[in-house]
Amino acid sequence: MGAKMVDFGGWDMPVNYGSQIDEHHKVRNDCGMFDVSHMRVVDIKGSGVRGFLRHLLANDVGKLALPGKALYSCMLLENGGVIDDLIVYFMNEEWFRIVVNAGTADKDIAWMKKQAAEFTRHLPVGDAAVALSPASGGKLDRGAPQLEIKDHPEFAMIAVQGPNARAKVWQVLHDTKARTEALQVFQATDCGGYFIARTGYTGEDGFEIMLPAAQAESLWHALAKAGVKPIGLGARDTLRLEAGMNLYGQDMNESVNPLESGLAWTVDLNSERDFTGKAALLANPPKRKLVGLVLLDRGVLRGHQEVHCAHGTGEITSGSFSPTLEKSIALARVPTGVQTGETVQVAIRDKMLAAKVVKYPFARHGKGLVSL
Amino acid sequence: MSNPSNLKYTASHEWIRSEADGTISIGITQHAQEALGDMVFVETPAVGRKLKAKEECAVVESVKAAADVYAPVAGEVVAVNSELDNAPEAINADPYAAWMFRMKPDNAADVAALLDAAAYQAVVDSEAH
Repeated sequence: MGAKMVDFGGWDMPVNYGSQIDEHHKVRNDCGMFDVSHMRVVDIKGSGVRGFLRHLLANDVGKLALPGKALYSCMLLENGGVIDDLIVYFMNEEWFRIVVNAGTADKDIAWMKKQAAEFTRHLPVGDAAVALSPASGGKLDRGAPQLEIKDHPEFAMIAVQGPNARAKVWQVLHDTKARTEALQVFQATDCGGYFIARTGYTGEDGFEIMLPAAQAESLWHALAKAGVKPIGLGARDTLRLEAGMNLYGQDMNESVNPLESGLAWTVDLNSERDFTGKAALLANPPKRKLVGLVLLDRGVLRGHQEVHCAHGTGEITSGSFSPTLEKSIALARVPTGVQTGETVQVAIRDKMLAAKVVKYPFARHGKGLVSL
Repeated sequence: MSNPSNLKYTASHEWIRSEADGTISIGITQHAQEALGDMVFVETPAVGRKLKAKEECAVVESVKAAADVYAPVAGEVVAVNSELDNAPEAINADPYAAWMFRMKPDNAADVAALLDAAAYQAVVDSEAH
């Protein structure tokens, strides 16, 4: 494919196949595909899965009623720090599927298992058997959690994204059309062998297809033959940044909580439900928030540049050039007093450059959303 | 694209062309533009600025990274290519035509001592994994 490769957490990943900007526009205006096989699929199966996930995750899987429906959520430490962000799919009452980031997958799974052990141990007496993956064939009481947490590194994942993405997938995988045509946004279906989700990381429509790694190469080539262009990590980053989607490790990590990472909309603090990290979030009102920046002067915003505003100093968490807006854009963590529309100063090398605080997303569905 | 044999080079991936008036034009090499990818911003030094050899004096930024450009020899900046302000992608399209700035070298001998095309290619090959 003529890709320029780079090491990404131990995975050899393509940064770009040709022009990164051309790849970006291709996804916004037509469609492209990403090899995202580094993402890890984790299945949690057994009875009582929903109850466990309502305890484990900051967003509430109680909202998921329709089979295949998905939810974006953070998984938090007790102190509210973000262990990872993930997508959780409700397949049925005994099967939820979670897709986590590659670099955090092993730590995530260890945390899930530890939390599962504690969750089952602390069930009220009378709620019966406390066991992870019970080997016995004996019938357990109704409601007793018996959770099996299993990751699937043998799965590959190909994301096909863009306004024409679904049509291209149906052209190549005609048999899946009947099952995937009616999928809502953020809903998946198991097509036997292919797990197809109407999700993505670009702000465009499309599918993420999980499949056995052995079949991934032939699907990739079939899609390429149908005219779907391969897209590298570089454009993946500018697409997700324009779409206002956080990147774990850059926009948030274990040292910040979701309320200071632009993710309050994924955290449910008002209901009765208790979840790991909730007490810490309630005890520590946010002092900072994530905002969008558009650079008014010439230059390029980058991660870790200091942001100076009337209310104090902040820092850019992700910055790049937006091919859609043809301006430099960024996400920045700043004091909560900073207002949309305000002009702030960003320290770039030996200069202070003006940037405007804007509401993000910056672009989605082929269009820029920011006017200055 | 091979490196033109009429140019001089640095190990930090600048090319240098000697002009008829005794000045030198400086840009970045094919290898450098290819490694950086789509250019979106160029910052050139102020005309009249006196530079030491290997001093940071300009910046090129692609979508994915920023890179410093260094003065190949000591001298004074006599001109900058302001066309790159609005068309930084010209560096991707033809790196050996897209000069960034011109200098009047303090010593012409410093220019003669820079790398020739073959020596520069050896530097590029040694950096390849």
